[in-house]
Amino acid sequence: MSATIERDGDVWVSSRTGTRWHVVCGLEVHAQLRTRTKLFCGCETSFGDPPNSRTCPVCTGQPGSLPVLNEEALALAVRAALAIGADVAPWSKFDRKNYFYCDIPKNYQISQFDRPYCTGGGIDLPSGRRIRLHRIHLEEDAGKAIHDRGTTTLVDLNRAGTPLIESVTEADVTSPEDAFDYLTALKEILIYVGASNADMEKGELRCDVNVSVHPAGEGWRTKVEVKNLNSFRNVAAALEHEILRQIQAYESGDESRYPVQETRLWDADKLVTRSMRSKEAADDYRYFTEPDLPPVTVSPSFLERQRGMLPELPAARRTRYVRELGLSAYDADVLVADRAVADFFEAAARISGRPKEAANWISNEVLRALGDAQTGASTIDDLPVKPHDLAELIELVAKGTIHTAAGRTVIREMLESGTAAAEVVERLGLEQVEDESQLEDWCRAALEGKDAIVADVKDGKEKALGALIGPVMQASGGKANPQKVREILKRLILES
Amino acid sequence: MTVRFGGQVDAVALRNALDAGTGTVKDVVEECLARIAERDGELHAFTRVEAECARARAAELDAKRASGAALGALFGVPVALKANLCWKGGIADCSSKLLANYAPPYDATVVRRLLDADAVIVGTTNMDEFAMGSSTENSAHGPTSNPWDTERTPGGSSGGSAVAVAGGMVPIALGSDTGGSVRQPAALCGVHGLKPTYGRVSRYGLIAFGSSLDAVSPFARTIRDVARVLEVISGACDRDSTCLPLPPFEAPQPADPSRLAGFRVGVPKQCFPAELDAGVRACVESALQQLERIGCELVPIELPHAELAIPTYYVVATAEASSNLARYDGVGFGVRAGSELGLQEMFAATREAGFGEEVKRRILLGTYVLSAGYQDEWYGRAQHARTKILGDYLQAFEEVDLVAGPTSPCTAFRLGEKTADPIAMYQTDLLTVPASLAGLPAISVPCGTSAGLPVGLQLVAPAQEDGRLLRAAQAFELATDHHRALPPMLLGAQA
Ligand SMILES: [Zn+2]
Repeated sequence: MSATIERDGDVWVSSRTGTRWHVVCGLEVHAQLRTRTKLFCGCETSFGDPPNSRTCPVCTGQPGSLPVLNEEALALAVRAALAIGADVAPWSKFDRKNYFYCDIPKNYQISQFDRPYCTGGGIDLPSGRRIRLHRIHLEEDAGKAIHDRGTTTLVDLNRAGTPLIESVTEADVTSPEDAFDYLTALKEILIYVGASNADMEKGELRCDVNVSVHPAGEGWRTKVEVKNLNSFRNVAAALEHEILRQIQAYESGDESRYPVQETRLWDADKLVTRSMRSKEAADDYRYFTEPDLPPVTVSPSFLERQRGMLPELPAARRTRYVRELGLSAYDADVLVADRAVADFFEAAARISGRPKEAANWISNEVLRALGDAQTGASTIDDLPVKPHDLAELIELVAKGTIHTAAGRTVIREMLESGTAAAEVVERLGLEQVEDESQLEDWCRAALEGKDAIVADVKDGKEKALGALIGPVMQASGGKANPQKVREILKRLILES
Repeated sequence: MTVRFGGQVDAVALRNALDAGTGTVKDVVEECLARIAERDGELHAFTRVEAECARARAAELDAKRASGAALGALFGVPVALKANLCWKGGIADCSSKLLANYAPPYDATVVRRLLDADAVIVGTTNMDEFAMGSSTENSAHGPTSNPWDTERTPGGSSGGSAVAVAGGMVPIALGSDTGGSVRQPAALCGVHGLKPTYGRVSRYGLIAFGSSLDAVSPFARTIRDVARVLEVISGACDRDSTCLPLPPFEAPQPADPSRLAGFRVGVPKQCFPAELDAGVRACVESALQQLERIGCELVPIELPHAELAIPTYYVVATAEASSNLARYDGVGFGVRAGSELGLQEMFAATREAGFGEEVKRRILLGTYVLSAGYQDEWYGRAQHARTKILGDYLQAFEEVDLVAGPTSPCTAFRLGEKTADPIAMYQTDLLTVPASLAGLPAISVPCGTSAGLPVGLQLVAPAQEDGRLLRAAQAFELATDHHRALPPMLLGAQA
């Protein structure tokens, strides 16, 4: 019989025993660096190429071959470290992690063990919580072993030697929401600084979770590692499941069910974790300093050069959009979430001088065109509309050439065909009608039979005018200048 | 005039003769192949003779000469490669069953440079499996014999390359020296063997044994040839991060190459241990006197941590080897065994069937010294000892220009004499491993014979002072005839 477990903030409370359970969790994230070539050879990094087509003597581990560090990888890794406020070691070193598997051609992985290139740093979550980073190190990726051909195993080494940074948090994560927020923020930063594309579907970002639970006031208990988490949602779901599983196990009082130190795999279909292998004896990787590579030195000038290449980071942008550009927190979030969108916004805001309008158009119209079959665009850069195009539209609206409603028609046409705003306005005849006599005709027609409203307005209830403006706009095909319509209606009523 | 090199003509002389229009590369290569055919049945220095490849290369080079193009520094010179150097034209099997028929898909940097200098590679030479051994007996191809006495070993692990030169089959050959694997066989075979400063020569394409110790190293019959090979193969390499960013070596041109006026030569008492063979001691002492006669001052010195060298070496080298040799698992290369088994079982079966006993012993040793709980005690302490050994030399070089002593504690031993006792075999490296651990340039030069077997004098110089080392070796060579001594089996050939 299992107890009901309820959440009280970051505490899980057992209905049966009343025990208040705390969660201790750390995340390990592998991110593939966005380099042109692999970490230790000149092969291009690849995704989806024919098997073993991106290989050379070095990344296939040919006898006698030697690694040479790709400086671009170090630069990107350093930029990622600086972006989270971490310390970059003036010197670090590579080590060999020895284990036998068919997807690592040398049967050791070149990694960093006791002297990683980066320590410390942290990421502030929207909840106000801070997740501290323990360390980040550089390492090479393994190839891929394909086991689905009966008894035959196939090996593809295109990915072998791809540069990765592995970041390890302190055990600061106390809930599935923290984990989700942390991963979202980390991904955003990696993309912002250009260190990684961080596309989980392509395996460019991989996350493992270490989690344990303990009753409030007691010491930490056995931690369990959960792997095979292929989306942030899965990380949160697996963590939620694992927390409950561990609490239930302890609450059962049956020691044979207590969590053991092991690796579990998340089954995203059945929504459970399953034991993969227990770590009775911890793996002995026999780490030792890689004798084929000299220590990695990062000079102050190299560090400053990388710092100079950092863009404004998401959190800073968000704050600036709200404080200086007057956007709502919601709009700021929407725009900042994707660096390309934020850059698009800033350009449009700068050219038009109207940040709020630019934000509205982007979040209400432009972003809706992404993933839309008609535009066929998956990123904002794929769209035919560029920031100066949007700025032109904003100016047309601001000058009163067209009004906002017509603007929507215009932007949609622009997004589909890539036609300039002025051209669309002209072609569709969307220019606002300013002609007084035409406007008066529409207004008179709208007033017919609306004596009650006329009476209300005469009584000073100007709000009632609203019910008349709609029909006028409709009659004009959306082209009437609503400001003028309001004035004319008022004048006609008061004159009558 | 036929260009001959069976002990009479060195590589530089041969190249210059060809450059002067004497003979053809074809003649040289045919004579070389004839010598190999005549002698190697008995000596077994070569694992493969690439005759067709060499003949094609000779034709290419003769055409090049005919075209009037400038000729390389080793134009037309036949060269043998130890079977652990990657060469697209050959098989780099490291004398291991496991790597049988491994045809490297790329050239080692040194091979590239030999070919760029117009050398002719004639074949690959026997070695102790993966360079692990001191007698060339741990070979899947069987042992190599010493030309001075075919019942005896040539030393090792580069025994095949040493014998290819000592047996008059090629004027120069490349080996690799990790703990003495070129210097010791050079001493036992009566030829020169130079281990350059670590990092002076690219390791790219040298199949690794102990990465922090391995050095591609030449054998030759004259110091001029040693220097020429070093000039060709040395220099910065962008494929080896441990290769020093230095220009290629240039041999010094002293005003009087026969004198070493003002040279202070340190003679460590630790290089004359009790177990030193009396005949070796006598030869080396007379060599030291010879150095005095050409202007050196002998200075008694101490290398107090020398006794740590053998254990330190066998921990460091085996640790690195256990990792370097992990890749031979039957997946990417090597002869697979147990392909019907699961992956891990297949790895084990392949390694069980493919590696020889000495390689297995060293992999086990290396795995042990890196294991959790033992690493500090073994690998950690060995690293510490290594810095002490380097410190000894740094201190010695405050006072002296060179350190001198015997290369090997004994002359060539009988085939099979030490194979049953690994520790006795390891002790033959006693005098060569300290310079390896310290990364220093060291050379073995012939300094006479004891009971009809060659003895080597070892000279060690400070890091990067390969030039000083060769200058001293050359002065010694000019003052003596030892390097001209030929094994009895070649004396008939000379006539
Ligand atoms: Zn590659």
